[in-house]
Amino acid sequence: MTALRRHRALTRIWASDPGWKGWFTTVNHTDLGRMFLAVAIFFFIVGGILAMLIRAQLASPRSAFIGPEHYNQIFTMHGTIMMFLFAIPLFEGLAVYLLPKMLGTRDLAFPRLTAYGFWCYVFGGSMMIFALLAGIAPDSGWFMYPPLSSTIGAPGINSDFWLIGITFVEISAISAAVEITVTILRYRAAGMRLSKMPIFAWYALVTAVMILTGFPPLILGSILLELERAFGMPFFQVADGGDALLWQHLFWLFGHPEVYIIFLPAAGAISTILPVMAGTRLMGYGWIVAAAVSLGVLSFGLWVHHMFTTGIPHMGLAFFSAASTLVAVPTAVQIFAWIGTLRQGRPRRHLPMLWLLAFFATFVIGGLTGVMVAIVPFDWQVHDTYFIVAHLHYVLIGGFVFPMLAALYYWMPHFAGRTTYFKLGPTAFWLIVPGFHGTFLLLHWAGLLGMRRRIDTYEAGQGWELINLIASVSSFVMAIGLALVLIDVVVNVTVAVRGARDPWKAGTLEWAMPTPPPAYNFASIPEVTSREPLFDAPGLPVQIARGEGYLGDCERARRETLSVDVATGEPRYITVFPGNTALPVLMAAVTGLFFLGMLTKAYWLIPLSALGVIACALTWVWSLGTKESEGLLPAGRGLSLRTAAEVRDPPGWWGSIFLLLANGTFFGSLLFGYAFLWTIAPNWPPPAYVEAGPWILLPLFGGATLTLAGTRLKAPPGLALAMAGLAALGGACAFLLSRAPDPTAHAYDATLWVLMGYALLHHLIALFMMALLAARLLAGHPAATTSGAIRIGRLWCDYAVAVTLVTATAAMLPGMLT
Amino acid sequence: MHPAGPAAKVIATLWWVLLGGATAIFLFVAGLIAWAWYGPSGERDEWGYVIGLGLVFPLIVLAALLAYGLVVGERLLPRPGPDVVRVQAEARQWAWRFGYDDAPDRETENVLHIPAGRPVDVAITTADVIHAFWVPRLAGKLDAVPGRVNVLRIEADRPGRYEGLGSEFNGPGYRDHRFSVIAHDAASWDRFLQGDAP
Repeated sequence: MTALRRHRALTRIWASDPGWKGWFTTVNHTDLGRMFLAVAIFFFIVGGILAMLIRAQLASPRSAFIGPEHYNQIFTMHGTIMMFLFAIPLFEGLAVYLLPKMLGTRDLAFPRLTAYGFWCYVFGGSMMIFALLAGIAPDSGWFMYPPLSSTIGAPGINSDFWLIGITFVEISAISAAVEITVTILRYRAAGMRLSKMPIFAWYALVTAVMILTGFPPLILGSILLELERAFGMPFFQVADGGDALLWQHLFWLFGHPEVYIIFLPAAGAISTILPVMAGTRLMGYGWIVAAAVSLGVLSFGLWVHHMFTTGIPHMGLAFFSAASTLVAVPTAVQIFAWIGTLRQGRPRRHLPMLWLLAFFATFVIGGLTGVMVAIVPFDWQVHDTYFIVAHLHYVLIGGFVFPMLAALYYWMPHFAGRTTYFKLGPTAFWLIVPGFHGTFLLLHWAGLLGMRRRIDTYEAGQGWELINLIASVSSFVMAIGLALVLIDVVVNVTVAVRGARDPWKAGTLEWAMPTPPPAYNFASIPEVTSREPLFDAPGLPVQIARGEGYLGDCERARRETLSVDVATGEPRYITVFPGNTALPVLMAAVTGLFFLGMLTKAYWLIPLSALGVIACALTWVWSLGTKESEGLLPAGRGLSLRTAAEVRDPPGWWGSIFLLLANGTFFGSLLFGYAFLWTIAPNWPPPAYVEAGPWILLPLFGGATLTLAGTRLKAPPGLALAMAGLAALGGACAFLLSRAPDPTAHAYDATLWVLMGYALLHHLIALFMMALLAARLLAGHPAATTSGAIRIGRLWCDYAVAVTLVTATAAMLPGMLT
Repeated sequence: MHPAGPAAKVIATLWWVLLGGATAIFLFVAGLIAWAWYGPSGERDEWGYVIGLGLVFPLIVLAALLAYGLVVGERLLPRPGPDVVRVQAEARQWAWRFGYDDAPDRETENVLHIPAGRPVDVAITTADVIHAFWVPRLAGKLDAVPGRVNVLRIEADRPGRYEGLGSEFNGPGYRDHRFSVIAHDAASWDRFLQGDAP
């Protein structure tokens, strides 16, 4: 087979549907990555327009351009859009597009999940845009502190849009994170050990795990606050045993890791681009990986530095102050490793490099002011002033937007397959960078002069007028520059000249394919031995195109890729990907109805849409695997492998592990909240604790034993045992729930409802899986193709058992202790 | 940035130290990049850059800074003393009500009276949402959290009028959520406590 015929055959198998239909049925990561990036940039424009409105309003004192009601919506939405609808999705888009190409594989681990996440993002984001246009957008600040954001301070629907819309969007973050993690661990080129991965993959791995552990506290907080708003369950109302500070803990437990979730992908792009621009290899690969991992870990220990002014004891503050300054160390390791890399190479003044220099100049200042606000007494003075506003824009624009512009210009030849057409690029650069510093540098000083953030206007005579005027004018200069970048991109994509492959002479695998990339990425999966395969084997692209790698022959006419060992990268099994389908967009739409029902209080919609989601999920899962065992199949280069359906650890098992990691963090946050209320909230204990006789141990331990044993016994009778066990566990939880009839009475009762509801939900999920397995066996699937599925079911059963035992203990513990 | 009390003064000094240090570090990093760019292409020096500059250098600087910050923080804590005056501040949307331990039946709205030259402990509470109490020229800020009493130490060196702000976003009336602090000399403070209109 010639390279061209192979290209045609693979394209037939992998191509998305033609025409507009393709937009909705594609599950291909190249398409979805581009769609993610385009939508994220759309939201960047919306957020940017809001920023322009803010600066127009603040340009002069006593401005009557926008009143406080609208101004509050505008700044709340500016922060919300930039954080949740621009920065995180832009990372997801970049990772979705780049990772399989850099890792040398053909798609992400769960192509339909990519599409589902994307559509959840689009629908959730649309809800927010609708709220904005209708003038009922959230207006309590992007961190939504109750009681201001609860029914007391915000009786309208505004806050509900935030809580429900953002939670909906977070589905896309969680699914992308599961996807990215499993892809990096199991889907790489043959022989690519963890230590030979491109550095961007390490950063993406750390970021994805951080999303899995950082977002659940926020999702929990949003659910609790929405329950309080919708049903009067008083989690944050101090009079009924709640505590407003609980929200702040949950929010910042997410919110600080979030900063690094935004910064790390940018650092990954820098670590990839900078060595290429300097014509050398990255200095200190191992140190940089260690720095990224320790940043990820440390960032979970600093959330309280957003709460220095809430009256927490000084020794507690000292601990978090130390942790906050310590986080500067791994950042410094990376910065100096990059400077060392520049030093050992010969830097070239291409546009991506210019943006990296802008990054250095800006981010270093942002980092230094960050150390300043980590010092508690200083923070007491500048907290909630424009000093903080300036600091966070230095960090986020300097540390994320500028590197992303470098990435845009670096990978544009890859996205579009054309030579970059640098005419507007440098002009835009010289507008954006001075414009940015003109906007924010002096605002530090305004903050020190006492200018609070979030005021809609101010009186003359406080020394702020000139600063604000300069800031407003500069911000418009920056906006014009960003508009030029947009025009530049459009011009490049449409009219520039076709370019050569690998214009920067880079060494990573994404440049080993023709550009724009074909739907299948690699005509055959390469075998690699070094971190920069193209440096060490310049003939690799030709070998790949000739089909000299794995899975180069496409006789089975289906979408196949190689799954490798986590550590060594040795080929383990063949994954068969699903084809084009509208199921993800349909399922996202039905999920949207669920959230819409919550938002509009049309509660009849909720059970209906839940049933719809279950039906979609059933269709989704049922299509996996084959009814007949295929045994060992030739995988190229003399190797024979089984398909994922016939192994003990299929991708679904790995996905479940990481989904359970996020789920477990959610549960852990819930227990944290419960313990926090119990020990810290002022109005405890509640009028009565739930108590149950010792007989409750019987269904609890009996059910646990049956479930654990059932999933380990031979399938048909074992499944029945497990289902009986789960039913017993559910019965015990339902009984405990019936002892706390009124969830609005006290935060304790409300928490009990959430705990028990969480356990019952997991009984249902596990029951559903057991029923599905039973149905599969009855439909005639042999043991060879169900062993992986049984192990997935076992994971979820074990988790349900653990959750039940912990929640039951948590519910009864206070009663037993008093 | 025009401190008028001991707490604000230490914080202002802290700021000038931080600014000086930050400027020095920024110039150092900028110089290093310029040298990497224009200097002769150097050899691989992983130890110097990654360990020396990346690890050791920030650890030393940060340890010193942290110790300094802790000492300052400890000095600002409200400690009991013979001449400490206690007042209460209750915030609501969008006003402040102040009470005085030394004159339990006196209550003032949006104006806080304190004696100059004596440490004052403000017990901060809220009637509705979260607010924050901040008199920029006298001290840092502290939040008013539902169900809690937070105590902030302030002190004015000289008699006079100081502007106070609610500095935690609290809804549509946030901009004008302000108050005044009037610092009295000893004689006028006594008169205030005895009920004379100031």
